[in-house]
Amino acid sequence: MENTYYNPADLKKFGNISELQPEMGRKFFDYYGEVFKEGALTEREKALIALAVSHAVQCPYCIDAYTSNCLEKGADENQMMEAVHVAAAIKGGAALVHGVQMMNKIKDLTM
Amino acid sequence: MPIPVKSLKAQQHQFANPAFQLEVLQHAGTEEGDFPLFGAKLLEHQLYPLRPTGTTILQVNVGKMCNQTCRHCHVDAGPDRKEIMTRDTMQLCLDVLAKSPQLTTVDLTGGAPEMNPDFRWFVERLSAMGRQVIVRCNLTIILANPKYYDLPEFFKKHRVQVVSSLPYFSASRTDAQRGDGVFEKSIKALQMLNKVGYGQEGSGLELNLVYNPSGAFLPAGQKSLEAEFKRRLKSGYDIAFNNLFCITNLPISRYLDYLVESGNYSSYMEKLVTAFNPAAAANVMCRNTISVGWDGALYDCDFNQMLELKVQPGTPQHIHDFDLTQLDGRQIMLNQHCYGCTAGAGSSCGGSTT
Repeated sequence: MENTYYNPADLKKFGNISELQPEMGRKFFDYYGEVFKEGALTEREKALIALAVSHAVQCPYCIDAYTSNCLEKGADENQMMEAVHVAAAIKGGAALVHGVQMMNKIKDLTM
Repeated sequence: MPIPVKSLKAQQHQFANPAFQLEVLQHAGTEEGDFPLFGAKLLEHQLYPLRPTGTTILQVNVGKMCNQTCRHCHVDAGPDRKEIMTRDTMQLCLDVLAKSPQLTTVDLTGGAPEMNPDFRWFVERLSAMGRQVIVRCNLTIILANPKYYDLPEFFKKHRVQVVSSLPYFSASRTDAQRGDGVFEKSIKALQMLNKVGYGQEGSGLELNLVYNPSGAFLPAGQKSLEAEFKRRLKSGYDIAFNNLFCITNLPISRYLDYLVESGNYSSYMEKLVTAFNPAAAANVMCRNTISVGWDGALYDCDFNQMLELKVQPGTPQHIHDFDLTQLDGRQIMLNQHCYGCTAGAGSSCGGSTT
């Protein structure tokens, strides 16, 4: 066992998850590959979405992979940082919008 | 990191030595061991020995002198490089072309080819022979000195295809690779080329841009990036061009130095090896190109030229011994840097190969 929970070298071993459940692993990676193909969205747009989501789910493997992927797909630094701000805005907004729930409860509980 | 103004050669840097570069390349690997030899990889796909499919392009490097010292330059070109092709050697190239109608295209590179004092003399003669001439123009040369201001008109007159590097549509990424102020000058030069008709629909004057990553990553899909470049250059600067060629940086010379210095060498080589694509390997440019050095020596490509790997021993080694039949039967010289041309969608002086 590693001394840390995350090891950068594990990223390239992602495919190994299929060893313990080959069928589900295969289906997942086929799906994954299909999702990131050029479609109604370009590969670059998908990479930027993935980068934003990587930050929202705070996955260091994903941040590593999709920073490289965004650069490879031709995204620039401004686009990448704006994508991270979109993630931050949604994360922040998601916390703050619950303030309404809190306010409703305050109303219920107070005179 | 600032870009050094001197070439590796002038700095007496160890990466100026081709033998040292080859030594480093041959010992690249990960914790799991060295990478497979490129030739062995080709053998797995029935492509070894790699041979020409018929040479149609003569690529002539007219000298290593350049007004820029780009961070990724595989030539280690710069203002301090004095290796320049003479008119006599150019004449030998013209003699070869006169008796080799199969060589339909002449691709001029450098350095900044325009800095060779006999550049115009050479282009005029190539054009008179009816050959398609390509000039790999770094754009800033057009603005470097008043004597170059009329280059767009000169190119137009001889129907030269202009191929120019523009690593990105932003100043920060371009200048990081090519030097401070290069982006702004490149934009002005592109506007000058557009003004005489280059890149404009129906003009027949072809202006192609080259994208190569400014960092330790592989290039994007060519079509998608071309669309983005066209959109951004049109909306930001009213610039039009024909095609974008995506070129992978090969791990030699200054780019190899950058990879080692930045700690990216092993992971970059691993990316290249992992992305090996047999379809790209089947279409590598060395199968239809012969590269001529500033001194007339013959190579399989401009990268081998910089590593001083001449064409197979036993075949003509110099332009004065040029024999296309013999050269078309040669075995192409390979080494680990060749993984750069076979990764992903493939890479050549004309962009992706698949």
